[in-house]
Amino acid sequence: MSAGDADPFALALPAGRARALPWMTVVAGSLVTIVPVIATVPILPPFGLLMLLTWRLLARFALRPWAAAPLGFLDDLLSGQPLGSAVLLWSLCYMAIDLIERRMILRDFWQDWLIASGAILFCLAGGRVLALPVGAPVDGALLVQAGSTILLFPLAARLVAWIDRKRGLA
Amino acid sequence: MAPARDRRTGFSRRRQYSLFIGYVLAVACAVVGAVLLVASAVNPPLFAGLRMGLAGVTAPVSSVLMTVRDGAAAVPEWFNGWAFAHAENAAMRRDLAAARPLLMRARVIAYENNRLRALLALRERSAAPVVTARLVSSSASSGRRFALLDAGRFSGVRPGMPVRGPEGLVGRVIETGPNAARVLLLTDADSVVPVRRARDGLAAIAAGRADGSVEIRSVNATNVRFGTGDVFVTTGTGGLYTPGIPVARVVANATDTALARPFAQPDALDYALVEQAFMPMPPPLAPTAPAAAP
Repeated sequence: MSAGDADPFALALPAGRARALPWMTVVAGSLVTIVPVIATVPILPPFGLLMLLTWRLLARFALRPWAAAPLGFLDDLLSGQPLGSAVLLWSLCYMAIDLIERRMILRDFWQDWLIASGAILFCLAGGRVLALPVGAPVDGALLVQAGSTILLFPLAARLVAWIDRKRGLA
Repeated sequence: MAPARDRRTGFSRRRQYSLFIGYVLAVACAVVGAVLLVASAVNPPLFAGLRMGLAGVTAPVSSVLMTVRDGAAAVPEWFNGWAFAHAENAAMRRDLAAARPLLMRARVIAYENNRLRALLALRERSAAPVVTARLVSSSASSGRRFALLDAGRFSGVRPGMPVRGPEGLVGRVIETGPNAARVLLLTDADSVVPVRRARDGLAAIAAGRADGSVEIRSVNATNVRFGTGDVFVTTGTGGLYTPGIPVARVVANATDTALARPFAQPDALDYALVEQAFMPMPPPLAPTAPAAAP
C-alpha cells in the first residue's frame, strides 16, 4: 500500500463512503448465508467473521474498536446462531487481537494468519458450544469448516488490501 | 507490516477521550452480547421479529437465486435424459411389471380398508394444506439446522405448523415473518418428533443429531431391537404432526437407540408443503372471574 504505485490523480472516495466500505464488506460476508443451499452439516465458512478479522489485522483503523458487536449482531440475525453469540465472540476476538498487538508490534503476514486462525477456531468452537448440546456429533464438520475458513484468509487478505487501496484512506 | 499504534494521542483531550470511550464501548458491547445470549437462551422467540424482518428481505433474494440454480441444474439433466432414455425405459418397464400385482393387491386392501372404516364410523382428520412453498436458504454456517421458507404470515403460515415433502416429514415452522418463515429441520439438535414403527406400531421418538441424521429412541420399552430398514412414521401424539407421515429409516441394527436417516432430503426438495397443525392449539384460557370475596 505504498503511495508510489497509486495513481496520484485518481479521485479518492468521499470520506463517508470510504469509512462505510469496511462495514459493508463485513455485512456482505455475513449475507453469504442467503445462498440457496439447504445444508445438512455446518459447511459454509463464516465469511463475515473472516472479513472482520482481515480488516482488523491488515488495516486496523478501518473499523472502530466497538465495531465487532454491531456487526456480530447482524451476523447473528442472519446465521441462525443464538442471538448474542457472535456479538460476544467477535468482541472477545477484537479485544484479544488488541492485547496481542501490544506485544507483537512488528508482524508479518504469517503471524497475522496465525492470529486469524486462532480467532476463527475460537469463534467456531465457541459458537458450537453456545448453540449445540455437548454430545452432538458435528465436530468433524466443524473442523472442516474451520480449516476451509483458515485457508481462505490469504484470499480475504488480498481482497481487503485491494479494497483498502481503492478507498484511498491509508 | 509497519507498526500501527494509536496510543500516543498527542495533547488533544478530544482524541484521548474518544479513544478511551471507544474501548469502554467495546467492553460494554461484549457484555451486552453476553446478556443477549442469556436472554435468547431463556426465551428463544424473543428476537424472532428482528430475525424474520431481515429474513423477509433476504428470502426473496434467495428465492431468485434458487430459481437460477435450478435453471443451471436443468441443463445437464436434459442431456442425461437424452443419453439414458433407452436404459431408463427398460428399467421402468421392469418396475411396472413388478409393481402391477402389488397395485392390484393394494387396491383390494384399500377397498377393504374403506369398508371397515365405514363400519367403524371412524372420524378421520386429514391435514389441510396451507401453502406450497420452497425452502430457499439455510443456516449453512451454523451448527443449528434451520431453513428459510419463502412463504409467511401473508400466506397463512403460523408457528407450529408441520412442513413435509413428498417423501416425508421435513420439520416444523418455528418463526414467521410477513413473507418468510423459519423451519426447524428434523435433524436439528432441538427437534424431537414422536414416531412409531410402521410395521408394529412400536412407540419411539426421533431426535435430531445435528449431522444430517436422527436418533430413534424407544420410549416406553427397554431392550428394544431396531433392525436395518425399519421405517418410522409420525404418530400424531402431541397434536402437531398428522399421523402416518414417513420420518426416517434405521440404517444399522441397534438396541434401544438407533441411527436413522430421514426420508426427506431438504436440499433435494422441489416443494415443501406446509400443513395445518394436526390438532390446533386450544384457544387461550379466558380470564377467570375473580372469586367472590367471602
